[in-house]
Amino acid sequence: MARLVGRRLRDWVPALVVLVGSIALLEGVIRAFNVQAFLIPRPSAIATTFWDMRSSLWAAGWFTFQEALGGFVLGSGFAILVALFFARFRILGSAFMPYAIAANAIPIIAFAPITNSWFSPLDKSSKISIVAVLCFFPVMVNTLRGLTSVNPRALELMESYAAGQIEIFRRVRIPTALPFIFTGLKVATVLAMIGAVVGEYFGGALNALGVQILTRARVAQFQEAWAGILLACLLGIALYLAVVALERLTLRWVPSTFE
Amino acid sequence: MSVVQIKEVTKQFGPTTALQSIDLEIEEREFVSLIGPSGCGKSTLLRIIGDLIQPTSGTALVNGKAARQGRIDRDYGIVFQDAVLYDWRTVAKNIALPLELARWARKRRAAKVEEMVELVELGGFESHYPWQLSGGMQQRVAIARALSFDPALLLMDEPFGALDEMTRERLNIELLNIWEASGSTIVFVTHSIAEAVFLSTRVVVMSPRPGRIADVIPIDLPRPRSAVTREDPRFFELVTQVREALHLGHDTDRKAAAPA
Repeated sequence: MARLVGRRLRDWVPALVVLVGSIALLEGVIRAFNVQAFLIPRPSAIATTFWDMRSSLWAAGWFTFQEALGGFVLGSGFAILVALFFARFRILGSAFMPYAIAANAIPIIAFAPITNSWFSPLDKSSKISIVAVLCFFPVMVNTLRGLTSVNPRALELMESYAAGQIEIFRRVRIPTALPFIFTGLKVATVLAMIGAVVGEYFGGALNALGVQILTRARVAQFQEAWAGILLACLLGIALYLAVVALERLTLRWVPSTFE
Repeated sequence: MSVVQIKEVTKQFGPTTALQSIDLEIEEREFVSLIGPSGCGKSTLLRIIGDLIQPTSGTALVNGKAARQGRIDRDYGIVFQDAVLYDWRTVAKNIALPLELARWARKRRAAKVEEMVELVELGGFESHYPWQLSGGMQQRVAIARALSFDPALLLMDEPFGALDEMTRERLNIELLNIWEASGSTIVFVTHSIAEAVFLSTRVVVMSPRPGRIADVIPIDLPRPRSAVTREDPRFFELVTQVREALHLGHDTDRKAAAPA
């Protein structure tokens, strides 16, 4: 175990070098060429502002994160249920799938102003609903693909045991689909933070992260705006990593998670 | 009573006749191999016995019941060419799957799994995942799983077809030991003549287009069979006999086999 952690750390070293190197390079270039703050502030200035504003930033970040998480859970959960339904009743699946795939390709974020008018823009539910719609399609499409890509021999075997549909789903289809579901969920985490922040650009509560970024940028407080963007990035990464951790815990049988 | 009774079974796949008027009876404790070229319907016949495919006409009985009832009563276990292990289950849990479906109590299940692991000589590998096993070991897990609920009948569809020759010969001997220890009846699909002769009490030779039984050859080699059996002159005689039956059934020009 200790050896495994040690190896993991070594694996991370090149990535860390790139991160520190590029921040240092950016800092150096901005200082050397005297790049103006409205183009891009110095990383050190963003970091200082981030630290100084931490309590108000955190409040805004938490507000927006709740929208992203709420929409993610709602949209993904519903997507998995719908996919189960489509996998069980194929005729429904083949009737609706072309539209689901088409919907997956359209820029759903364009609907954000509409959901703002469905609910109050100040209310979390307007952002939760756009995030839910954003998350729904990738999770649904991936889950259905997983549920239906079962080895036909595995199904024959279950049939030889006279197993019913519920048993087949529980013991074969759903475990087979899990890696696909996690692929969909990982795509959805990224969309969730985008949906919440961009949704807020079209109007939202004053203490929401998207609104903060927008108003700070409008009044030329670029370091404050960038601090907000940094937090949005960190929250997005945190949500993604949380899903990856859950995946590692759930898919312990997959060779790559053993190393 | 016969374990398997096939009466006048015909199977059409669209315009193709996969099986035509098949009659076959298999007695308790027999080891019957179905052998023939691709397209002779041997796998189809196996699936009809297992009620995984329905015949177009005719009847298939397992333990004197309709094949469908036999499947519902879990009268048979089946093993395919690829082991079809569930990747997310350990060896022990793969073997336990049919027992879970049959709602065995946990303790009884654990005891049975232990017994099966012993039978297929996989002690120490209980908590391994399928990807950690070699092809031969995976197939042994599949056999243990098929026998875990003590079915009267074991259906095997080219179970060793994907394995190398050495592993296959070793597993052949192990399968015979398992067969004698478990007292089950085995129907075994293969396209290896040597394998069919080595294992069986009877070899059913099938021919294609339409699939039918060309010949049934009783195998009178002494038991227990071992590596020595493969060097027995009688073994070669029987291999030749099966080969000739295959060629006759196949309607091939036998001169083609003569040296040029």
